[in-house]
Amino acid sequence: MALLEVQNLSISFGGLRAVDNFNIQIEKGQLYGLIGPNGAGKTTVFNLLTGVYKPTEGIITLDGENITGKKTIDINKAGIARTFQNIRLFKELSVLDNVKVGLHNNYHYGTISGILRLPSYSKTEKIMDEKAMELLKVFDLDKEASTLAANLPYGKQRKLEIARALATNPKLLLLDEPAAGMNPNETLELMETIHFVRDHFNMTILLIEHDMKLVSGICEELTVLNFGKVLTHGKTSDVLNDPQVITAYLGE
Amino acid sequence: MSFISYLINGISLGSVYAIIALGYTMVYGIAKMLNFAHGDVIMVGAFAVFTIVSTLGMPIRLGIIVSILICTVLGVVIERVAYKPLRNAASPLAVLITAIGVSYLLQNVALLIFGANAKSFTSVVSWSGIKLADGQLNISGVTIVTILACIVIMIALTLFINKTKAGQAMLAVSEDKGAAQLMGINVNGTIALTFAIGSALAAIAGVLLCSAYPSLTPYTGSMPGIKAFVAAVLGGIGSIPGAMIGGILLGVIEIFGKAYISSQMADAIVFAVLIVVLLVKPTGILGKNIQEKV
Amino acid sequence: MKMKELNKTTKSNLITYALVIITYIIVQIILESGHMSSLMEGLLVPLCTYVILAVSLNLTVGILGELSLGHAGFMCVGAFSSAFFSKCTAELLPSGLRFFLAILIGAAVAALFGMLVGIPVLRLKGDYLAIVTLAFGEIIKNLVNVLYIGIDENGMHFSTKDSISLGLQPGGKTIINGAQGISGTPNDSTFTIGIILVLITLFIVLNLVHSRDGRAIMAIRDNRIAAESVGINITKYKLMAFTISAALAGVAGVLYAHNLSTLTALPKNFGYNMSITILVFVVLGGIGNIRGSVIAAVVLTLLPELLRELNDYRMLIYAIVLIAMMLFNSSPKAIAFREKYSLKKLFAKKSAKEGK
Repeated sequence: MALLEVQNLSISFGGLRAVDNFNIQIEKGQLYGLIGPNGAGKTTVFNLLTGVYKPTEGIITLDGENITGKKTIDINKAGIARTFQNIRLFKELSVLDNVKVGLHNNYHYGTISGILRLPSYSKTEKIMDEKAMELLKVFDLDKEASTLAANLPYGKQRKLEIARALATNPKLLLLDEPAAGMNPNETLELMETIHFVRDHFNMTILLIEHDMKLVSGICEELTVLNFGKVLTHGKTSDVLNDPQVITAYLGE
Repeated sequence: MSFISYLINGISLGSVYAIIALGYTMVYGIAKMLNFAHGDVIMVGAFAVFTIVSTLGMPIRLGIIVSILICTVLGVVIERVAYKPLRNAASPLAVLITAIGVSYLLQNVALLIFGANAKSFTSVVSWSGIKLADGQLNISGVTIVTILACIVIMIALTLFINKTKAGQAMLAVSEDKGAAQLMGINVNGTIALTFAIGSALAAIAGVLLCSAYPSLTPYTGSMPGIKAFVAAVLGGIGSIPGAMIGGILLGVIEIFGKAYISSQMADAIVFAVLIVVLLVKPTGILGKNIQEKV
Repeated sequence: MKMKELNKTTKSNLITYALVIITYIIVQIILESGHMSSLMEGLLVPLCTYVILAVSLNLTVGILGELSLGHAGFMCVGAFSSAFFSKCTAELLPSGLRFFLAILIGAAVAALFGMLVGIPVLRLKGDYLAIVTLAFGEIIKNLVNVLYIGIDENGMHFSTKDSISLGLQPGGKTIINGAQGISGTPNDSTFTIGIILVLITLFIVLNLVHSRDGRAIMAIRDNRIAAESVGINITKYKLMAFTISAALAGVAGVLYAHNLSTLTALPKNFGYNMSITILVFVVLGGIGNIRGSVIAAVVLTLLPELLRELNDYRMLIYAIVLIAMMLFNSSPKAIAFREKYSLKKLFAKKSAKEGK
């Protein structure tokens, strides 16, 4: 059974069908790409998958569990974590604390324990610190652990967002244009990191991307979205050579 | 008969709220900020008329015109000095807190100049009003003038926004600042114009308010200002007809509350209305829904 | 790296506590040696009240990132509920226990109101939240002014008209007398208790901020949508911060009420003005900076008292401070200017522009 299965997903804003009859199937461990011209509705699909918008129609199943119409936080608990196209970090928190917020639901102690600094506080905080540092090391951010997130350079902010999403221990990771604003070197490095995340955490990844080098370099399968509808889907090389897709991108 | 008399008084008070609420709602629609100092501009307008007419003994008409001019300039200056630098601030609280500061500044400058004792304001309307139903129903001149002023302002403002270039620019800026800029609209100028119009209306509201309730102190504008904001929210912030409806509704609720429930509780009732409205329909009666972009 | 950072926050917290304790010791020495003017002595408990109010409001404004203009309302609730309790039990309980219970009651009732107000209000954002909290504060003040409660052998009597309509039996007494408020509350507040309450407030707020819950609260402040995306329950943590903040304001109210012989709800002490004064402390001390709130509350209360001739200008100065601080701290131009010319930046490596 597929890890993520989406059937007939649709949403209308007013009269406009921003996403129309969207279907996708992603197997566990897959690196899957969602591409399409600007305004095709890719981010809207992410917002539907993560419960930011409620779908007008359709069913979303994650690992056998129907998560359609659930709230964002419950979808995160069910196992979907994401990054954002326009980076959304906790800017006034340290890099380490950003990741620790991601760990929030995996490690618990009560409010009173926190205020009174009971043993469970120190014990849990120590484990959280170790876990967070482990994740930061993967993204080569461990040296900046105490830096404010706002002061990180752009490329590292994107990485921190991925680290924070991974901290929630998801089954499926959604990356919204992870390479946006990166130079070719940074993109190359990011491709390696994404590969590493997939292998190291045995993660399933769905990403939106415009950088075709990145898409063809790491995605195994693609779905192409155009005007809110699925244009085609299949193996990356097949899709990218499909004349329909080329037309959609370049216009008639 | 007393019911009708309360109703008319309520509409009159509500007309003042509506005129003030127009200033709030226009500024909110365009600058996306709650101009906390708006209520205190009312007070400045009233003191200007008081000084010119009662202290300097000049004609009422001149007093009103000068007062409107003073408030217009004041509104533009406040925007330029205190709000504009914060337009792109990271925290949305910054400009709100600054506006509170400006409100306090105006109150306390007035306090230093005029003192805390209430001044008795001479009504600018000398007409004694009309008597109806064999003298049982007495409608004062101020009441009638206030309601008429509100209607005239409302019509003028609607025409201005729909028929003039500057008005259309206002609509464009309130819709999308960035796009308006790209279309060659002078965004800074449009925002300044909005503050100018709002403040001019505040001056008129101040004169009408103090003609109906002749006691003038540095704090005169504070409570009506807050209530007018409640009115703007009630009608749907950003909407001009909404400000009108909200203002009149609030005025009627307040006068009825005073008359039939408890005069001490009238303010509490007005605020309770605000809370209920925000819970039931946070966008107000005529407001539109805005979804945050993710 | 991590150890260093931990030490930094712990150290910073310890400095804050030490500051309070050292101030206390110095004041005690001056008191003992009889060099304190009666004017200053009378200010000691109010100072503690203001510090608690400022620190607790900073939890809402600085840590949660929501502007509340009704903080004085929670203080009012704490003051009246505790004064009511103390007056009812004045002859029944020893003063120490009575005051201890009064503090708990004041905090609990204020927390309850915080929660009742918070549940609907926290769904709103920014300006709306500010205006609704303001409205709430005014409603509370209004209600207290028309509240009459009396006790006789038949139990408690309520009225919102006047004390006569309570219909008390001979021998019954009016506890809350409408606009005349509560008089004869035992004067249990002392400077020492005030300082202890300040320290407890600091302990609660500082430790909360540096805990799992505090991180969640600040995450919501920095980016609500991102916080939701990592599974943070927005309502729960907003409500938590708001309720704790209200409870602590209630404690300040208890301290305030038990320092007066007559407690009345005036615009001056529980109105919008008071809420703004507390906000000025928070803004001057630095939004989100707890130690700053303590210092600002003390300085801004003492300064006008010490410079008598300045007292008339107090609110004017507050207003100017508020505007200047915001323009200086939050205007993008001012920030750019400061960054360009700050020494720290000249030596540190240039960090790239943040992503938008």
